[in-house]
Amino acid sequence: MRLKLHVWRQKGKSAEGSFSSYDVPDVSEHMSFLEMLDVLNQRLIEKGDDPVSFDHDCREGICGMCGFMINGQAHGPLKGTTVCQLHMRHYKDGDELWLEPWRAAAFPILKDLMVDRSAFDRIIAAGGYISTPSGSAPDGNAIPVPKDKSDRAMDAAACIGCGACVASCPNASASLFTSAKVTHLNLLPQGEPEQERRTLAMVMQMRAEMFGHCTNVGECEAVCPKQISLENIAKMNRDYVQAVFKYREPSAASGSG
Amino acid sequence: MQLDARIPEGPIDKKWDNHRFRLKLVNPANKRKYNIIVVGTGLAGGAASATLAELGYNVKTFCIQDSPRRAHSIAAQGGINAAKNYQNDGDSIYRLFYDTVKGGDYRAREANVHRLAQISVNIIDQCVAQGVPFAREYGGVLANRSFGGAQVSRTFYARGQTGQQLLLGAYQALMRQVALGKVKLYPRTEMLDVVVIDGKARGIVTRSLVDGKTEVHLADAVVLGSGGYGNVFFLSTNAKGSNATAIWRAHKKGALFANPCYTQIHPTCIPVSGDYQSKLTLMSESLRNDGRIWVPLNKGDKRTPAEIPESDRDYYLERRYPSFGNLVPRDVASRNAKMVCDEGRGVGPTGLGVYLDFGDAIQRLGKRTIAERYGNLFDMYERITGEDPYQVPMRIYPAIHYTMGGLWVDYNLMSTIPGMFVLGEANFSDHGANRLGASALMQGLADGYFIIPYTIGDYLASTKLEKVDQKHAAVKDAERGVKERLERLLAVNGTRTVDSFHRELGKIMWEHCGMARNAKGLTEALETIPALRERFWKEVRVGGTGDLNLELEKAGRVADFFELGELMCRDALVREESCGGHFREEYQTPEGEAQRDDERFTYVAAWGWGGEGQKPELHKEPLEFKEVKPSQRSYK
Ligand SMILES: Cc1cc2nc3c(=O)[nH]c(=O)nc-3n(C[C@H](O)[C@H](O)[C@H](O)COP(=O)(O)OP(=O)(O)OC[C@H]3O[C@@H](n4cnc5c(N)ncnc54)[C@H](O)[C@@H]3O)c2cc1C
Ligand code: SF4
Ligand code: FES
Repeated sequence: MRLKLHVWRQKGKSAEGSFSSYDVPDVSEHMSFLEMLDVLNQRLIEKGDDPVSFDHDCREGICGMCGFMINGQAHGPLKGTTVCQLHMRHYKDGDELWLEPWRAAAFPILKDLMVDRSAFDRIIAAGGYISTPSGSAPDGNAIPVPKDKSDRAMDAAACIGCGACVASCPNASASLFTSAKVTHLNLLPQGEPEQERRTLAMVMQMRAEMFGHCTNVGECEAVCPKQISLENIAKMNRDYVQAVFKYREPSAASGSG
Repeated sequence: MQLDARIPEGPIDKKWDNHRFRLKLVNPANKRKYNIIVVGTGLAGGAASATLAELGYNVKTFCIQDSPRRAHSIAAQGGINAAKNYQNDGDSIYRLFYDTVKGGDYRAREANVHRLAQISVNIIDQCVAQGVPFAREYGGVLANRSFGGAQVSRTFYARGQTGQQLLLGAYQALMRQVALGKVKLYPRTEMLDVVVIDGKARGIVTRSLVDGKTEVHLADAVVLGSGGYGNVFFLSTNAKGSNATAIWRAHKKGALFANPCYTQIHPTCIPVSGDYQSKLTLMSESLRNDGRIWVPLNKGDKRTPAEIPESDRDYYLERRYPSFGNLVPRDVASRNAKMVCDEGRGVGPTGLGVYLDFGDAIQRLGKRTIAERYGNLFDMYERITGEDPYQVPMRIYPAIHYTMGGLWVDYNLMSTIPGMFVLGEANFSDHGANRLGASALMQGLADGYFIIPYTIGDYLASTKLEKVDQKHAAVKDAERGVKERLERLLAVNGTRTVDSFHRELGKIMWEHCGMARNAKGLTEALETIPALRERFWKEVRVGGTGDLNLELEKAGRVADFFELGELMCRDALVREESCGGHFREEYQTPEGEAQRDDERFTYVAAWGWGGEGQKPELHKEPLEFKEVKPSQRSYK
């Protein structure tokens, strides 16, 4: 099949960007979307043009590195699928596609379709962990975890940190991403001791970055390649309210004898 | 060079304990005076960075992805082994040790493997405490499965995303230390050389992948956890960015490279579909628990699988290995697939594929049970191939998956450059000539959480480290070398893309240094690879400038793959035996199984860089088997 691509080209962070159009002939239905771009890039390089820069690594839908908008949809049209796992059999001859990077104030564009998502790392650093230094753990079976809780924690933990939720939200909110981690850790008995501090700190960090507020639009859930549920946001909000009431700073004086 | 593996004295099960006691300690108050560089944020590097920072060291951590959470470890599916014996089915530390030594075809160090088995139990505890949502039974205890043909159920897993969950555990521990100021993080930053001063590793040269700036970072010790080199073959199950540059540059600065030819080929991957193919996708090995592997009995049978009656099918693994059947180890399963395809019985458009059929299992257990066990794998298969494995058998073919070889390290995981430690897939230490399923995750975390924190302390406490600064001649030289090389790559400005060279190298490697090797092919490859490398340096077109330039990144890595590929072929040529993943066609038993030559080859081949265009030098570390008597592996 033959496709027409309109790709956002932007040389660097502070450069102006615009769409450039490319004809891509001989696209095989078995190619992945990124392989189709590889083919385009090979041709651009041979012609002496600058290839389209896009992030990718595992190409198996798990690292979370890839992601851009295709005709306004994050990761393209297929539900529960990252763009690296999207195959060309979902398109037909003559289709016209518009490729754009994630657009959010908190995700500055680096080049073409590549953005800087380090704000996500800072949200995790604020509290998205359980403090257990290596060597301090009790036996793995010392604390039983009910299977349903563990399964729900796993559902939330499946988030790959791709940023599609932010890019699709009209407010560019990071609530789905943040709540997935809050839920994963708060559900587990191991995560309980730090539950309040974690929730407050992560929500605070989310607000400190340039993300918007959640107004329950639900676009994030619709585009999430790992089908992270909106229920996580509801849980985060409940945990947050509870934490506001319950949390006390630990007193500094300890063990000075 | 005399290689001293520094294996501790004493009985096998006391070696690590005794050694730990004898290792020197760094006083808690002094730890913050030491700076450590960690390259890599996979299970090995991520775990090491977090743990070293927890102990009080100042850590700088580097990775090439935009976030440490995206290291290639994230892609591991199947699980992680540990000798917990929670299932009461006869597992023990000794059994895991025994299985690993045997599985490695008697080419691994016994002492290292035993330590790995011992530590395996602590890893699970640590990960559970971090919140890794391992699969559980209804009673709330941890679930296990049997994996890769093991006779006991010792594999822990988190759905089909074990690597992801373990890595997120390590990443979260790491980010906690970042927030505490103990780790300074450098994502999208590539290490391009080591700085060696007075014979010790004292720093690295890096390049920012965002603006292209080169920098030198100095430290008291350098830890490499940069992963494996399977992408020499271009097509592999590794992430696209996985590369050998960090270890290869270290090799050129004096670190010996051990057993480069030991590569693992995974039997269950989705076959190549066209010449645009950019990578190969692994289908978890667990599929072999219920799927049956077959090809048509007769050559050139073009009927659809449904049209081929039982009598015209050859379940070749079940036929040849009645006791292990479809669960034979990876190397055996892969080789047999190649054999039937070479006979002209392969399936699919290219003839390079075999069926993995769930028809019987669906009949026996019902579609629902199969969906519960493998649902997400089936979905993934359908997404990629457009075929529904509930209806038609999957088509699979072996692919390059893991590299057992890597930088040579002693028992302390230190390379032949003092002060440079190597962890995870980047070192060669524990898997011999073949790695068992679910053992790489275990090794990466063992190295990072529980070994390096002890051994690096010993090095720091017992070594006199002079003050070094950016003005040192070695620093200037290393940085200049890196810059010149980048400029050279940009200056070629030829006509062929980096990928086209990489693909061609990969083809040579797959053909001559892949699943089956022979002297003729290897000798040929030792001529074609250097010739292709020369053309690369004359004809490659990188394009663009020295700032954010993905082609320039790739070009540097491919240039290293050329040199490493050549060393792999040389190592494979010298090893005139078959063992594990290394199959030399000249050395096989009458039944076509791998034939080791223990008399001549019970050693680790550790290669030293000979200089540009020069032959490398072979050093041998003899291996001793006191516990597990080498025998011919048999899965009949
Ligand atoms: C598809 C797949 C499935 C697998 N499944 C399993 C399984 O079920 N069980 C199992 O035990 N094993 C499995 N493995 C193997 C296992 O995942 C790997 O061996 C292991 O994760 C390697 O971890 P690592 O920490 O050594 O390296 P990696 O995770 O590869 O990390 C390498 C790190 O080094 C960084 N890096 C590399 N080069 C540079 C450089 N020059 N400068 C700066 N940073 C650099 C990278 O950014 C990255 O952070 C699987 C492998 C694959 C490919
Ligand atoms: S919640 Fe979904 S869309 Fe958002 S980062 Fe995680 S995986 Fe991506
Ligand atoms: S490249 Fe890893 S998720 Fe797409």
